[in-house]
This record gives sequence, C-alpha cells and structure tokens, in this order.
Amino acid sequence: MGKKNKKLGGLTLQFIPHSEISRLETVDRIKKLLRIILDNKVIVLQGRLKPEEETRLIEDTMIMIGNIKNFKGVELAVITGNEEDQTFFDKFRFGLAKFISGQQNAITIIGPASVVKEMKKDPKKLEVMMR
Amino acid sequence: MVIRILRDFTKRMFGIFFKSKKEISLGFYGPPNAGKTSLANRICKDWTGEEIGNVSKIAHETRNVQFKEEVEIKYKDKSLKFKLVDTPGIATKIDYEDFMKMKMKKKAAQRRAKEATQGIVEAIQWLDDMDAVVVVVDATENPYSQVNITIIGNLVARNIPVLVVANKIDLRKAEMKKIEAAFPEYEVVGISAKYGKNMEEFYEAVFKLAKKAG
Repeated sequence: MGKKNKKLGGLTLQFIPHSEISRLETVDRIKKLLRIILDNKVIVLQGRLKPEEETRLIEDTMIMIGNIKNFKGVELAVITGNEEDQTFFDKFRFGLAKFISGQQNAITIIGPASVVKEMKKDPKKLEVMMR
Repeated sequence: MVIRILRDFTKRMFGIFFKSKKEISLGFYGPPNAGKTSLANRICKDWTGEEIGNVSKIAHETRNVQFKEEVEIKYKDKSLKFKLVDTPGIATKIDYEDFMKMKMKKKAAQRRAKEATQGIVEAIQWLDDMDAVVVVVDATENPYSQVNITIIGNLVARNIPVLVVANKIDLRKAEMKKIEAAFPEYEVVGISAKYGKNMEEFYEAVFKLAKKAG
C-alpha cells in the first residue's frame, strides 16, 4: 500500500495591537493591513478603523482584485462591546475612554476571501465560515 | 478633512450669496442586489416616464454610477426636485466564479467582475457629493453586515442625512423588525420596489429627509 501524504490545513491569525497602527497615516495603515492579507493571514486588530478608513480599505481592495491574480477581496467584521446593559453614567465613562483610546474596546477581523468564506454578524455573535 | 470643511463652507456661502434653488443630490447606496436600481426605476418611471437602469437577479448589474436630473415628486401638496443618483452595490469581495454559477460564460463573468470593482470605487468617490442618502437593504438578508455599517458610518462622518429602506417586503423571509432593530437611530421604511408596495410612506420619508439636507 502506498503512503498517503496528508497536508494539514492551517489558518494564521495575526493579532495587531492598536499601538502598531495608531501612529500611521491612513494610507500607511491600509497598506500595512493589506500586505498581511495578501500573505493569506486573518487579521485580528485591536480597535477599529475610522469609517473613511474602512471605505479606503474597500477601495484599495477593489483595485487589487483587478490587478492581483487570485485575489478576490476580503471579509470584514467589527465586534464592539455590548452597550445595552450600561447605565447612562457607564455610557459616558466608556464613551470618554473610547474617545481617548481610539475605540480600543472593539475588535476588527479582516480575512482574505480566499481563506474566509463568509462572516455573519448579529448582536450576539459572529460566525466565521472558512473555506 | 480640512479641505472637506473648506469645500462645504464655500458651497454654503455660494448658495447663500446666489440664492439659487439648487436641486439636492439624493443617492441610493447599499449592498449589491438590495434593489437600489429597482427603486430608482420605480421613482423615475412614476415621475419622469423613463427608467434609469437595468435590473437583474445576478448581483452587480449596476456597475456605473447613473443619475437622472430634475426628478420632481409631488405628494400631498408638496413638491421636491432632486437629482437621483443610483450607485453600484458596495461589497468587500468580488469573485467572477459566482457569476459563472449563474450560467455566465467565463470571459463575460471576468469582465463583469472587473467592471463591478471599478463601479464600487466610483460609488465610494461619489459619497462626498451627496446631500442625502437612501440606504437600501434587502429585508430578507442579515442587516448587520459590515458593508451596511461602513456606509452609514461614512454618511454620519460627513453629516449626510440618511433614510434606511428595507426592500422586498413582499417576500415571506422579510423581517422588518430585525431591520428596525439593526438601525434604531434611523427611520426605516419597508417597501417593495418591484410591486410598488408602501411607496406613499417612502415618499413621506423622502420629503422629511430632504428637509434635513436643507
């Protein structure tokens, strides 16, 4: 009987602390993230991008789809803290902390579409479906 | 950011000095296949006699920003003139193989995918020129997608007033309550662009939206 070589599938999660991108300009932030994505890694970013940075990420992703072979885009999801049960004072405290720290109570997950099939989010959970 | 503030200020000053009654630019944004063009067609057909674009069950049918100027709607003694701007659906990924699954040939599918990516870039660039936006979502789909949140986040950052429209309420899977729960800070109107259901409530909401756009 011949030997069968089994290749183990794997997934690389790259954790990026907020401090690693906080001092970068938007262009450089997006460049850094997309470089990691092109390496077929799933990014777990502490904090979240500003809305205009998210659209910049989408724009650059679209340009790359046309120009990089086998690149189909990204899946993107942001998980924030549950604010439903907070009192008004808690909301004020956390709001201030978020403002100062750059929304570090959020986590942003960005995965290449070649690795992450879909990310489905609802208020209670995030489902990540891999290829 | 500074350039944007200066530009908005100049626009306002220009408007004040020349007192021209500028028609507002009303954009239709949202994910692919939500029914933006179907809704734009219904409005344009009702009020100008002409549709604005093609629709299809295959996503990314609209791959360019298309617009119709001087659309005038009249409702309950009120009238509103605007430039209707229909945009390509915004997505974070495009795979030509998805189009092939809908029986498209490989070359046509690849061309569609390329045009779709260019359309998304164009749609994002047009955001700055909108005075008000209708975000169209599919009432049968999960409203918590990051694309919806990103679009609305950008509109809030630009101080552009928003109306959320949940389309396809004619379908059994439509969940209006889920859509309303996802966007608690916004007015959400449920419609069927295909069958013209609840268009009166939609037009009422558009008038309110236009007032916020000034």
